[in-house]
Amino acid sequence: MKSLRHPPSSNPKEAKLIGSRIQEWLSTNTFHFSQFGDLRALVEAKEKLGLTISVCIPTLNEEATIGKTVVIMKSELMDRHRLIDELAVIDSGSTDKTLEVAREFGADVYLASEILPEMEPKRGKGENLWKAIHQLKGDIICYLDADIKNIHHRFVYGLVAPLIHRPEIKYVKAFYDRPLVFSEGVRPSGGGRVTEILVRPLFSLFFPELTAVIQPLSGEYAVRREVLEKIPFPIGYGVETSHLIDVYDKYGLSAFGQTDLNQRIHRNQPTADLGKMAFGILRAFLSRLKSLGMVKDLPDLSVMLRQFQARDTAYEEIEFEIREEERPPMNTIPAYRKKMGLD
Amino acid sequence: MNKQSTKPNTGFTIPDRASLAAMAEVIREHRELALGNILLLSEIPAPPFHEQRRIQEFMHRLIECGIQNCSVDDRGNGIGILPGTLGDQSILVAASADCVHDPDKDYNIAVQPGELTGYGVSDSLGISALATLPSMLDHLGIQLKSNLVLLATARSSGRGNLEGIRYFLRNFKQPLPYGICLKGSPLGRLSYTSIGMLRGDIVCTVPPEYDWTRFGAASAVMIMNQIISKIVAIPLPRKPQTSIILGSIEGGSAYDRIARKTVLKLEIRGEDAALVKQVGDEISDIVAETESESGAEVSLDIFAQREPGGIRISHPVVRSARQVMEGLDIKPLIMPSTSETSALIDQKIPAITLGLAESRGISEEQDTIDISSLHRGLAQLIGVLVALDGGAAS
Repeated sequence: MKSLRHPPSSNPKEAKLIGSRIQEWLSTNTFHFSQFGDLRALVEAKEKLGLTISVCIPTLNEEATIGKTVVIMKSELMDRHRLIDELAVIDSGSTDKTLEVAREFGADVYLASEILPEMEPKRGKGENLWKAIHQLKGDIICYLDADIKNIHHRFVYGLVAPLIHRPEIKYVKAFYDRPLVFSEGVRPSGGGRVTEILVRPLFSLFFPELTAVIQPLSGEYAVRREVLEKIPFPIGYGVETSHLIDVYDKYGLSAFGQTDLNQRIHRNQPTADLGKMAFGILRAFLSRLKSLGMVKDLPDLSVMLRQFQARDTAYEEIEFEIREEERPPMNTIPAYRKKMGLD
Repeated sequence: MNKQSTKPNTGFTIPDRASLAAMAEVIREHRELALGNILLLSEIPAPPFHEQRRIQEFMHRLIECGIQNCSVDDRGNGIGILPGTLGDQSILVAASADCVHDPDKDYNIAVQPGELTGYGVSDSLGISALATLPSMLDHLGIQLKSNLVLLATARSSGRGNLEGIRYFLRNFKQPLPYGICLKGSPLGRLSYTSIGMLRGDIVCTVPPEYDWTRFGAASAVMIMNQIISKIVAIPLPRKPQTSIILGSIEGGSAYDRIARKTVLKLEIRGEDAALVKQVGDEISDIVAETESESGAEVSLDIFAQREPGGIRISHPVVRSARQVMEGLDIKPLIMPSTSETSALIDQKIPAITLGLAESRGISEEQDTIDISSLHRGLAQLIGVLVALDGGAAS
């Protein structure tokens, strides 16, 4: 594989090679959840390998949807089939009933600020995901957003199954496309607005093989601990994008899998919020380019996003400070090394 | 509490109070299985004649419990059979898969401590309990001697007119000495009689060429109003009890447009079949009279009918159910049925309907089940099954 330190050229031969690698990966590493519907067989395979699986749900004020997520996962993947060994909510400090609801229906509940308390707490979803590596026990951690209205246990078994069946796959990402019944023919297949306007164009420019990840920003993915503990974690919007780049840099495209989980119904975000997300992702992306030596001489990047609103006939500026702070790889944290016996 | 101490004593024909309490406790400990089934089944819209997706999920749920003998029959009923240790007789437990609900509404269910809230959740509780039953029997360590026939009926509600269960009863080859039908709520509901019933729609349509000045009617709504006034003036006897339920009315399209169509959905219920028919005939006369007076097209379409009948309160099946309810401190709410139980009664099969949980706002968007009542409702069902299986009603 060509080193990532050299951005792809416009050489047509090379472009063709990339295209064929993408096609091959799509045909071998893209799955549909219905391939893994035999949960008894899946549990058997998992037990044969001696694997343990943790599900982590990062939350901040998710009382409306967290109960359903916990009930479905506990009933189907813990009580009925013992596919998952641990179901945990890691919370950023909810002020609603998120923790009460999650605990009521059987999830283990943790406050992110109480995990690794010796470290100065930071607020952000990535912080919860990172701390999950220290707190949870599984060999595989499956992350699940808490705001999915049509939650179903396929959201977990569809993601962990490729890791159970294919030892070379290390990181499985969700995408949402094909219902079980669909019409024949070509249909557009892609991500949301931020993916198609920002992330895929950036990947096309700098990491063309990663464009094959259909929904790079989806919040549902399952990863082997041995990978998670070695990568840094931006705590804000850039966490998913940075993960893809870091795992790609270390292991290449073949370490990824992606599973079609059918449809996902969730809250639609206003365009202004997507602007904040895009800003955070762009900062994290540029920072990765710099650390990988793919660009030089980047100026100091602003942490202020400026948006505007009209009040009567006047226009007002609104400033948002968006910092993309980053946690180091967990295997560099002494408490983790001690807990896992890494020294 | 360890499992050893909660294992119920099912050696008695009718489980005693302590055994029932132990059953309820085990069920409470595994309540997520029941809640999971409610979520997975209730969020699939299933209006009559369009219940296939819910039935498929029901089948999937049974297969997940390890039930090998599952099938969908020609009318779309979902059937699973849990073989008994002797298998010399079968007990039917049935619930309707379909509900008369608007398929375009939001069927998502919100889970909060102590409550499940969502459109149609109470009406889907019966089929959800059916799907949960094998797992709960397993956790309770109960193996019935009889085969347990779990039936999710298609085409049951509204214009379905119990078509699914009637088809099943005509074609199921094994004898069914008893039937238990499940309804979501209220907890304590106990039906062992079927009430006579006629169900239909009155449709009033004003044709485009209608001469408004000649007949003086302002709109289809006004014509329906006249019909309703005449219906409520029909004298109804208290004994035998007879009633007319005006269930729903819809018509018109906007504030500023004269309504051209109105539909009234109504049911006539009564303990005496002849009286029910007589009231039906009177309503038919009202419809004909209004049509000729108004010049609009008015029709009555009776599409569902039930014959009154049933078993006595002293019947061993009812007595067993009442004793189980008493053991669980559930107060029986005795009411007649017009649902699956009617079809069983028509076939001379002793049958009861049981309610499973407390709820509020049935058929509304804020339909809410009280989770804390559910384990007693399921314990009641299993207690009655154990009693019937043990020969309490022989």
